[in-house]
Amino acid sequence: MIKTDVIIIGAGPSGLFAVHQLGIKGLKAVVIDNLDKAGGQCIELYPDKPIYDIPAVPECTGEELTEKLLEQIKPFKTDFYFNERVNEVTQDKENWVVQTSKNNKFIAPNIIIAGGVGSFEPRKISLKEAEKFEDKSLFYSVKNKEEFKGKNISIFGGGDSALDWALELSKISKVTLIHRRNEFRGTPHTLSEIKKLSAQGKLSIKTPCELVSIEGKKDISAIKIKYEDGKTEEVKTDNILSFFGLIMKLGPVTEWGLNMDKKHISVNPNNFETNKKGIFAIGDICTYPGKLKLILSGFHEVALASVECFKRARPNEKYRFEFTTSSKTIKDRLGKK
Amino acid sequence: MTKITYKDNQGNSKTLEVENGLSVMEGAIQNNVPGIDADCGGGMACATCHVYVEEKWLDKLPKAEEAEVDMIDMAFEPKKNSRLSCQITVTEELDGLIVTTPEKQS
Repeated sequence: MIKTDVIIIGAGPSGLFAVHQLGIKGLKAVVIDNLDKAGGQCIELYPDKPIYDIPAVPECTGEELTEKLLEQIKPFKTDFYFNERVNEVTQDKENWVVQTSKNNKFIAPNIIIAGGVGSFEPRKISLKEAEKFEDKSLFYSVKNKEEFKGKNISIFGGGDSALDWALELSKISKVTLIHRRNEFRGTPHTLSEIKKLSAQGKLSIKTPCELVSIEGKKDISAIKIKYEDGKTEEVKTDNILSFFGLIMKLGPVTEWGLNMDKKHISVNPNNFETNKKGIFAIGDICTYPGKLKLILSGFHEVALASVECFKRARPNEKYRFEFTTSSKTIKDRLGKK
Repeated sequence: MTKITYKDNQGNSKTLEVENGLSVMEGAIQNNVPGIDADCGGGMACATCHVYVEEKWLDKLPKAEEAEVDMIDMAFEPKKNSRLSCQITVTEELDGLIVTTPEKQS
C-alpha cells in the first residue's frame, strides 16, 4: 500500500497542474492514468492542434502544453502510474483507498478526480463476430509487430495509426489498407510513402469501402468488404488491425457513490468537493452551475481544491495563503534560490 | 425559432423549436433528446453528437470542414449523410430539418 497526501486520477492538464498546486503547499501526490503517457485529451485528441486560450500563452499545441506542465511540476518528483485504471475506491476511516487494474493500492486522505470525459478505449468493430476474434487475430493496437510477420493483414482506418502501421508492417507482411473514404489523414510524408508503396504493389489500398463480415472459425480466414457502389469483395486475411480512434468511457467512476449529473460529477464550486468528503473532481469531468469545459477552468478549480486537500492532509496545521513570488517556503519547494 | 426533428434509429421522433444560432447538438442537449451525448461539449473532439441528416437537407447545410470529416471517421457507423450535430448551426433556412441519431454514440 502506497501512502500519500493526494491521489490524482487523470494525467491531463488539470491533473498535472494539481501536482503543482499541491506541491507548492507541501503536499505529496501520485498520479494514475489509464493511458501510457501524460497529457490526456491534449495528447490523444489534439497533439498538433493549436490552443489559443491559455492565459499569457498566445498559442501552443496540446503536446507543447503537456510538456510545459510536466516541466513546471518537475521539482515535485511525482510518481506516475500509467496504463492503470482506478477500479475501486473504498473508505478507511478518514482516508480513501484506491485500487488499480494492476492491483496497486494507494491510501490518502484526498482524491482528486481529473478524469476528463473518462478513460480512453479503442472504438471496437461493431460486427458481432468481431468479439470472438478479439486479441487472438483481431487487434486494436500492436504490441509485438513480429507476430504479424509473413501474414495477410487487413488494416482499417484512415488516420495516423492506420497509416503508420500500414507502412511499418508492409515491410514484413502483406498489408491491405481499407478505409471508408478515399482521403486519408496523415502527414504529407506518410501519405507520399503510402502512395509510393501502393504504386510498387507492396501495399494494397481499398477505398471507399467498409467491413461487412469476418469469416473463419477459430482464426480469421478472410473478410468481406463492401464498396460504396454495393460491390463486395473477399480479402484473404489472417489478422485484422482496426484503428477507428479512441472513445471515452466514464468507466468505474460511476460506481463510487458520487452524485452525478448525466456524465459529470457534481461538485461544490467553493472547493470542488464531491458529496464525499475528501473526494474532489476538477476539469472536464466536474459540473456546477456555469461550468465551462476549458483548460483554464480546470486550473482554477484545482487551485481551490488543493486548499481543502491541505486542510484534510494537515489537520493540525493552519493553511497560510502565499504568493510564489514572495514565499521562501514555496521557493524552497520549487528548488529556487 | 426553427423546427428541428430528431429521430432515433427505432423511428421515434421529437420535433422541437430550437433557437436560431444554437447548434443542432445544443438544441438536443437543452431539451434532453436521447441519443446525442456531446461528450466534448461541441469542440469537434469526440464524435458523440453524430447524426444522419435526411438526404434532401444535406445540400442545404454548409459543407463539413476537414476536421469534422476526420472526426466522423471515428464515429459509430458513419454513412454518407453523417454530420456532427455540434457543427450545424440552426438558422431559419433549416426549418423542418430532420436528423436521425445512430443506434449508439460510442
